[in-house]
Amino acid sequence: MIHYILRKLLLAIPVLFGVTLIVFAVASAMPGDAVLAMITAEAPSSEQLIAMRRGELGLDQPVVQQYLHWLGQLLHGNFGRSFVSGRPVIDLIGERLPITLELMGVALLVAFLLGTALGLASALRQYGAADYGLTVAGLVGVSIPDFFLGLLLVYLFSLELRWFPSAGVRTQGGAFSWADHLRYLVLPAASLALFRTAIFMRYARAGMLDVLNQDYMRTARAKGLRPRLILLRHGLRNALIPLTTVFGLSLPTLFGGSVVVETIFQWPGIGLLFINAVVDRDSPVIMGYVLLTAVIVMAANLLTDLAYAVLDPRVSYG
Amino acid sequence: MAEAVSLPGVAAVPTRSLWGEAARRFRRHRLATAGLVVLLVLVLLCALAAWISPYGPNAINLRARSQPPSWAHWLGTDGTGRDIVARVLFGGQISLAVGIAAVSVSAAIGIAVGCIAGYFGGKADLILTSVIDMVLTFPRLVLIIAFVAVVGPGIFNTMLVIGLLSWPSTARLTRGEILSLRGSEFIQAAQALGSSSRVIIAEHVLPNILSPILVAVTLDVATVILLEASLSFLGLGAQPPTPSWGNMLRDARTLSILEGQPWLWLPPGLLIALTVLSVNAVGDGLRDALDPRHVQRGGPA
Repeated sequence: MIHYILRKLLLAIPVLFGVTLIVFAVASAMPGDAVLAMITAEAPSSEQLIAMRRGELGLDQPVVQQYLHWLGQLLHGNFGRSFVSGRPVIDLIGERLPITLELMGVALLVAFLLGTALGLASALRQYGAADYGLTVAGLVGVSIPDFFLGLLLVYLFSLELRWFPSAGVRTQGGAFSWADHLRYLVLPAASLALFRTAIFMRYARAGMLDVLNQDYMRTARAKGLRPRLILLRHGLRNALIPLTTVFGLSLPTLFGGSVVVETIFQWPGIGLLFINAVVDRDSPVIMGYVLLTAVIVMAANLLTDLAYAVLDPRVSYG
Repeated sequence: MAEAVSLPGVAAVPTRSLWGEAARRFRRHRLATAGLVVLLVLVLLCALAAWISPYGPNAINLRARSQPPSWAHWLGTDGTGRDIVARVLFGGQISLAVGIAAVSVSAAIGIAVGCIAGYFGGKADLILTSVIDMVLTFPRLVLIIAFVAVVGPGIFNTMLVIGLLSWPSTARLTRGEILSLRGSEFIQAAQALGSSSRVIIAEHVLPNILSPILVAVTLDVATVILLEASLSFLGLGAQPPTPSWGNMLRDARTLSILEGQPWLWLPPGLLIALTVLSVNAVGDGLRDALDPRHVQRGGPA
């Protein structure tokens, strides 16, 4: 087991290295650099001044050296400074990360609970009307774009019914209260959750159907155990194992989705920070965000693999 | 394909070809058949936009601004009097074309890379697999947005960037399928006969792994249409005045339009959902039709 974990970690290192290489390549290819951004902001430019400043920042060095320098800085937790605000990227991201994780976490939790429940219900009535209806609903769920769903929800629940606010994280002016904040969370979280609910539902249904046909289920029934006990203790617990994979699979699309959803709802997380940085061509922020999401996805994939190995003893640690 | 063999004294037995059998199974999948019909109608409508719509997609008419649906303008007009039906149909051309072009690029690269990695193994496999792992580590939409920030927005760039960043999953699938075949006796036989690797891959390996790839590529069309729509919605895809389903939804970010002029954003949004739904249904149907081990009655697993 420990051997398996170590091997996974070791394999992750070259991939992580390659990831930094891709991020750096993208950033170097981006038009404009730190100096041009600063010059246009602060002073009339002259060729000499530009050259001098580039020298100070090491931008006149060969690309390989720049990369190694950047990598060294990364290892010290220095992600550079935003061209636009001049603030350290790590601070900009650090401030906004919690609120994005809150949005993504709530969406994922809702998707997991709702999707699993619906998937199980669907599996227990295989080929019934409810099963067919839910299967079609699941297909619709993975087909509606996040942003269209977001707009629909704002139209219905914010503009027409006036139940929930359409943008932001809290009512301006008043003191912060969780009740107030949660009202702002409902619509963006729902926009993100639907797609993942449909995915969880698919896997939960398939997992449960798989389990229902196993010999140990028949044995349990033959022993005369109560049906509810069989379903919960023998069925559900085993049917949930494949769902661990869905958590890992969900993260990349969750980051992509949060960029779009945060834009619609003006949710001040890292997704909104990223898209604004793209509009401003603020490459240090873009690099920081892309790198961070990649690292989180990688960590999540590792954890998923490990969780799977722990939960399902049939997985070989080869 | 099986052909009817006529033996003397034996009445001709009607035979079913592999693909005929698959087509029969596909037709039994009601949702998939419906999806295919809807898709064909949508493609036809968008392709014939210039003949169907009396208005051009960018024809401004300041005397008919922001009008609700009427006989003259079935889906109303936008803030500069452009006809929404025309914009939706021409926008569909862009959305569908980007989807098909990007997936063609990614499928071609993915299959080629997967074949090389899976068939030859060794160092080539190691390198290609690491590249696949690296690209797959990034959230796809995030990486695409970052690349678009470099090359700039626009239809062609969108198509290219999506295509060039979407191949790793196809490559991984192709590689896996080939690995499961590599030791097979018919491959060994072909190798023993001295066939070149290119011939073996093209004539013996690919036909045997085509079904799962076809299914994956079909489902990828759905994902890519969603990606293009997201990009255009964020203002990084098709640029105005060129319409695309995604950028038509941009107007709805203004609350007054979202509330007061739903005819501007509902049609493109519904069409994206309908198109993606149809493609997904067709993909599910293909899976059931091509992989008899995975038969489901009218639904995905």
